[in-house]
Amino acid sequence: MAKFRGPLAFQAPSAEWQLLPFRFERINGKVLVTNLVGEHLFLSAEDFDQLARNELPTDSPLVRRLRAKHVIREGADELPVELLAIKSRTRYRRLAEFTSLHIFVASLRCEHSCPYCQVSRQSSDKGAFDMTWETAALGLESAFRSPSQNIKIEFQGGEPLLNFELIEEVVAAAEVRNASEGKNLGFVIATNLALLDDRVIDFCRAHDVYISTSLDGPADLHNKNRPRPGKNSWELATAGIQRVREELGVDRVSALMTTTRSSLGRVREIIDTYVELGLTSMFLRTLSPYGFAIKTKSFDAYDVDHWLPFYEEGLDYIIELNARGVPMVEQYAALILKKMLTNDDPGYVDLTSPSGIGIGAIVYNYDGDVYASDEGRMLAEMGDKKFRLGNLHQDSYEEIMLSDALLAPLEESFAPSAPMCQDCAFETYCGSDPTYHYATTGDFVGRKPTSGFCRRNMAIFKLLLDRYEGDAGTRALFQTWAGH
Amino acid sequence: MIALRGKALSAPLEEPLGHTVWKIVDVATANSQRGSRAFVVGEDGEAPEGFDLYLTRSCGPSAGKGEAVLRLPPELDYLSGDDVISVSDDGQRVRVLWRHESRQNSVLLTERCNHYCLMCSQPPKTANDDRLLAEAFELMRLLPRGTSEIGFTGGEPTLYGQGVIDLLRLCRNLHPEAQVHVLSNGTRFADPEFAAAWAGIDNPNMMVGIPIYGAEPARHDYVVQAEGAFNQTIPGILNLAQLRQRIEIRVVLHKLTAPALPEIAEFIARNLPFVYQVALMGLEMIGLARANIPELWIDPTDYADELVEAVTLLDRNRIHTMIYNHQLCLIPRSMWPYTVRSISDWKNEYHPECVECSVKDECGGFFFSAKYKVSEKIKAIPGEAPREPALLEL
Repeated sequence: MAKFRGPLAFQAPSAEWQLLPFRFERINGKVLVTNLVGEHLFLSAEDFDQLARNELPTDSPLVRRLRAKHVIREGADELPVELLAIKSRTRYRRLAEFTSLHIFVASLRCEHSCPYCQVSRQSSDKGAFDMTWETAALGLESAFRSPSQNIKIEFQGGEPLLNFELIEEVVAAAEVRNASEGKNLGFVIATNLALLDDRVIDFCRAHDVYISTSLDGPADLHNKNRPRPGKNSWELATAGIQRVREELGVDRVSALMTTTRSSLGRVREIIDTYVELGLTSMFLRTLSPYGFAIKTKSFDAYDVDHWLPFYEEGLDYIIELNARGVPMVEQYAALILKKMLTNDDPGYVDLTSPSGIGIGAIVYNYDGDVYASDEGRMLAEMGDKKFRLGNLHQDSYEEIMLSDALLAPLEESFAPSAPMCQDCAFETYCGSDPTYHYATTGDFVGRKPTSGFCRRNMAIFKLLLDRYEGDAGTRALFQTWAGH
Repeated sequence: MIALRGKALSAPLEEPLGHTVWKIVDVATANSQRGSRAFVVGEDGEAPEGFDLYLTRSCGPSAGKGEAVLRLPPELDYLSGDDVISVSDDGQRVRVLWRHESRQNSVLLTERCNHYCLMCSQPPKTANDDRLLAEAFELMRLLPRGTSEIGFTGGEPTLYGQGVIDLLRLCRNLHPEAQVHVLSNGTRFADPEFAAAWAGIDNPNMMVGIPIYGAEPARHDYVVQAEGAFNQTIPGILNLAQLRQRIEIRVVLHKLTAPALPEIAEFIARNLPFVYQVALMGLEMIGLARANIPELWIDPTDYADELVEAVTLLDRNRIHTMIYNHQLCLIPRSMWPYTVRSISDWKNEYHPECVECSVKDECGGFFFSAKYKVSEKIKAIPGEAPREPALLEL
């Protein structure tokens, strides 16, 4: 036995610890520590004090945990730095392949008149609010200029099916073009499904088009939120969802909800509606502060503090459903968990840094105006064209992508260099969202202590970490979501 | 337990054997290659002429006079055609290099190692054993085309440097279809030139199995008894990954590693997500492990939670994970789908309790070495009771 050396022989001398970049947040008597790339661990207040005072004992599980998570290193260790560098590169690799989502506003017209809608028009004048083929062709040209190997073309509105001929033309032209480009090309139609007919179904089947729709919850809530002639928006949407599932496939349709004051207190019913329709994924959204939402004061009507309990109850209910064997993913949590638990950043426009405006998604409005994000277009409808990058008919791809209107908000809002964000333990899970902060404060960076974006997301991060640490079953569920 | 070495009962040689590696033949066919083959004499006692060596079974008929004849000990009576053995010059010591019937052949390349793992099943030696490498070259030439799996082990095979690269290249060229698995502690791959030479073998069917015993240096280095090991093994793995090589991470579970299993799994998922698979290995109570039982023994039921946590995490991160050498009755049922019935056939034994067990055939069983230490919680899994025919209520 004398041949074997004891564990102490392999421990680094205690004086040699060096701190690697980490950030922390005190939560309920414990201290959350996150490393450079967002790997996390919770320390007791006493352990954290030892770390902060550089009084770490040599032989302790604490030191092993801190070294394993690249929070500290022994003086001569190069490996932690190298691994952190690899993980950081992995996190940011998506930036080289920018702009994968290209949103074509096929028409601003809509037969719905939802009070929270930011952009739609009630009009029978096809000429005034529909995108022309000439404009769409330029949009397609721009889309294929993007370095991204994955190109998704999403048709939005208004109600894009009101200009279905254009969709047919764009899809056909994109497929021809892609025969030589060789991109991973995908199509999405964002529709309320009220106008779904055989022609649309056959087309979607033939061209592998994905359907994204709106479903706000049970019939009374949905129909109140989304008025249309006949007061049957919910009936048409749910029938449409079922039809797409049956005729195109269960994985060909997903639904998004919008939260209004009427939704509060009804999150379980909303989730049940999704479950009953056989949907396995939903997105518990907050109301955005743009467009008519501000005009009609429906945004002021409830703030983050009202929304958070709604989200928490919904998340817990979804966790409970999964524990009972009912599969359901909450997409916002899944996005965050991917950032928390892997080295991947899904690049979700509102929750990534640098922001995804222009470089994650870009919007071609019906009239050829190019916006850095959908929210930027909504802001423009309110009269502020801050996020207008140019016009397809007047500006080149280079002029649009290198415009100050895009580069200034990207640079200024970059979270790792934004005041308070740079010190925030959650920075790698979060994003910069210059559009939100501009809309609410007139500044791309905003003021973080009063930012609703900041408050909402910090609360969600804490909630997710709490549930993740609390229970092995939830941990396994969250790991599954993160892996999607 | 199948013996892989033995002493000849008798070997009256007139002169030393000319070479050490012999392929066994039990049916006389063509004449051309008889010189390098050993003919094993069957029940009929027939011994065709022209072989440089004849093997007779312990109680079987003898061969003709005047030939080099070696009488096998009873434990090696199983040897038959297409097996490959190595025989010492004096004909006394026989080592089995390859058993044609087995799919778990493992070729020992050296007993030297730059680590001294607390639980090593093959305690390192320092003597020069280059002959093992030379035998392996010869073995590659004798194996039939179509051999499906070839494992190489040590000691630390990469200590040979270019020698092992040459061997593996020969292996690829002669047996391109074979799945090749090499066990290494990975430190040598920290040298980019060696890693590049490895990748240069260009065998897409080759995988290197590298152990990790902690998520940071202290625990790993202690287990392998080599300072600085972790800080070489991980860069070695990164070098191989950059060269798109197939890597398996192996974790032997014992008292020092099992409690850290979730940490290790997290480390792998976050830092080494590119690995081809992860193998969690039960402890083999042999070699140095026997000397270190107090430091190493832990009942597998005592790390069930850590096992579930780690396997779940790896699985969710889409890292193919396998549990080796574990008895089904000692791990949670949710882990059964990850188990591999893997204990090399020559090492496999069962416990008396296993007689009644309904899942014995799916179980990993035991290393024969389990006689030195085995969980007291081994318990037969009762079969599903035959369902009572439903009574028809009238």
